Amino acid sequence: MLSPERTRELIRMVRQDCGSCHGLTLRGGLGPALLPETLRDKPPAGLKHTILLGRPGTAMPPWQPFLSEAEADWIVAQLLRGFPEESK
Amino acid sequence: MRKALRAWCWAIVALLPVLAWSTEPVLRGTGDLGVIIERSAGRVLIVNTSSNSIISRVDGLGDLSHASVVFSRDQRYAYVFGRDGGLSKVDILRGTLEKRIVQGGNSIGGAISQDGRLVAVANYEPGGLKVFAADTLEPVADIPAAYGDGKLSKVVGIADLPGDRFIYSLFDADQIWIADLHDPKSPKVEKFSNIGKAPYDGLVTPDSRYYLAGLFGEDGIALLDTWQPQQGVQRILASYGQGEEKLPVYKMPHLRGWAVAGHQVYLPAIGHHEVLVADTVTWKEAARIAVRGQPVFVVARPDGRQVWVNFAFPDNGFVQVIDTLTGQIVQTLEPGKAVLHLEFTPRGENVWVSARDDHKVLIYDTASFAKLAELPAESPSGIFFTSRAHRIGF
Ligand code: HEC
Repeated sequence: MLSPERTRELIRMVRQDCGSCHGLTLRGGLGPALLPETLRDKPPAGLKHTILLGRPGTAMPPWQPFLSEAEADWIVAQLLRGFPEESK
Repeated sequence: MRKALRAWCWAIVALLPVLAWSTEPVLRGTGDLGVIIERSAGRVLIVNTSSNSIISRVDGLGDLSHASVVFSRDQRYAYVFGRDGGLSKVDILRGTLEKRIVQGGNSIGGAISQDGRLVAVANYEPGGLKVFAADTLEPVADIPAAYGDGKLSKVVGIADLPGDRFIYSLFDADQIWIADLHDPKSPKVEKFSNIGKAPYDGLVTPDSRYYLAGLFGEDGIALLDTWQPQQGVQRILASYGQGEEKLPVYKMPHLRGWAVAGHQVYLPAIGHHEVLVADTVTWKEAARIAVRGQPVFVVARPDGRQVWVNFAFPDNGFVQVIDTLTGQIVQTLEPGKAVLHLEFTPRGENVWVSARDDHKVLIYDTASFAKLAELPAESPSGIFFTSRAHRIGF
């Protein structure tokens, strides 16, 4: 289980740092949209792989230095159900 | 009852300045004003760079991640380009949203024409350029970035050129286009192909002669001499980074911004902890300056004596200052968490820095590096001062 503190950090990281390529609302930018409807048919293991290792030859960087496997799993699960908003 | 009465009294007291203002407006110019994006709140702050203060807030601008701004030539209106395809016209004097349209699905930035009559938006989705009348925001022209068999490319790196032209790059198509809107009803487009893999952003030199597109997919920078376009696109700095392993890029660098100081241009080395320096006469590499992280913005102070650099995640808490005379780093600042942008006052005595995750904007004296003030802002990102109105390429 992730601590509430780390959960908040991850939400902010995805919204803000992933958001610089995928959009704050995750509707896409330089990178594709990361919404339940666009990710639904993709296997979660592949998405996790993409997040941790990036996609060589594209602008998607590897996040392994900053994320554990469990945290990547959590991000994928949240993306698939609609990523939480940052609490103010 | 008492409570209600008291609330009323307070409301009247609070309104007094507004009432006074509305009957007797204070006359003022806008040359020392600017706009700061509050990216999560869909709001902009109107700020004053003489009094170092926030003078008003304008809401309702939509998704402002990666938002950018250009100004009308009378420096009264800010055109705000939002990620969600929104184009908003903000009256800086009144602090009001004059008009907002949603012109595309996903946009990255825009530019204003030399004569100030046209505002062009560079779109990711649907990929292309859309042009609007600056006064009414009515559509004027639509130029899809079509390539190959009808695919549309994301458009990046837009800048204005003299003659009501706009220059920009096609990220997916490896092209640079110049759209001539002198006659907005029949735009003419000049295209340059195979400029290099995946241009991610571009800039024009302050004299508007050269356009530089940074390449994500390979080393080097694509250079076009817009005074002699028939000479085609040339590759410069192609050897930088060769033999060194390229680091993963957590944030795309930006080339927009005035990175020309004296006869040299300062550029972020993508995937490296370096600032590249090229000579603007020979376009040969002049130096590489090792810096704290991967540069995002590399911006010259208006007099060109200093170049300020901020960095991508995870080094985004730092800002470094290069002395252009010696090529040395003379200062390393830690303004706050997630420094996203910096902007100089018109003549460069101060610089404003946004620290997104500390929810503040910091103001520094560029001679002493002393912190002069801090302003509260919700997830601030881009900072744009009205002095941009009179600069080519802004
Ligand atoms: C520097 C830009 C950039 C950043 C930052 C970035 N991404 Fe990406 N991402 C991309 C690009 C570009 C692609 C598409 C790669 C391709 O063409 O296959 C992508 C693809 C993906 C995919 C696969 C989507 C699909 O439909 O298959 C996922 C999932 C993803 N990113 C998650 C993330 C997460 C989570 C973060 C933050 C921890 C992040 N990205 C940060 C650029 C970025």
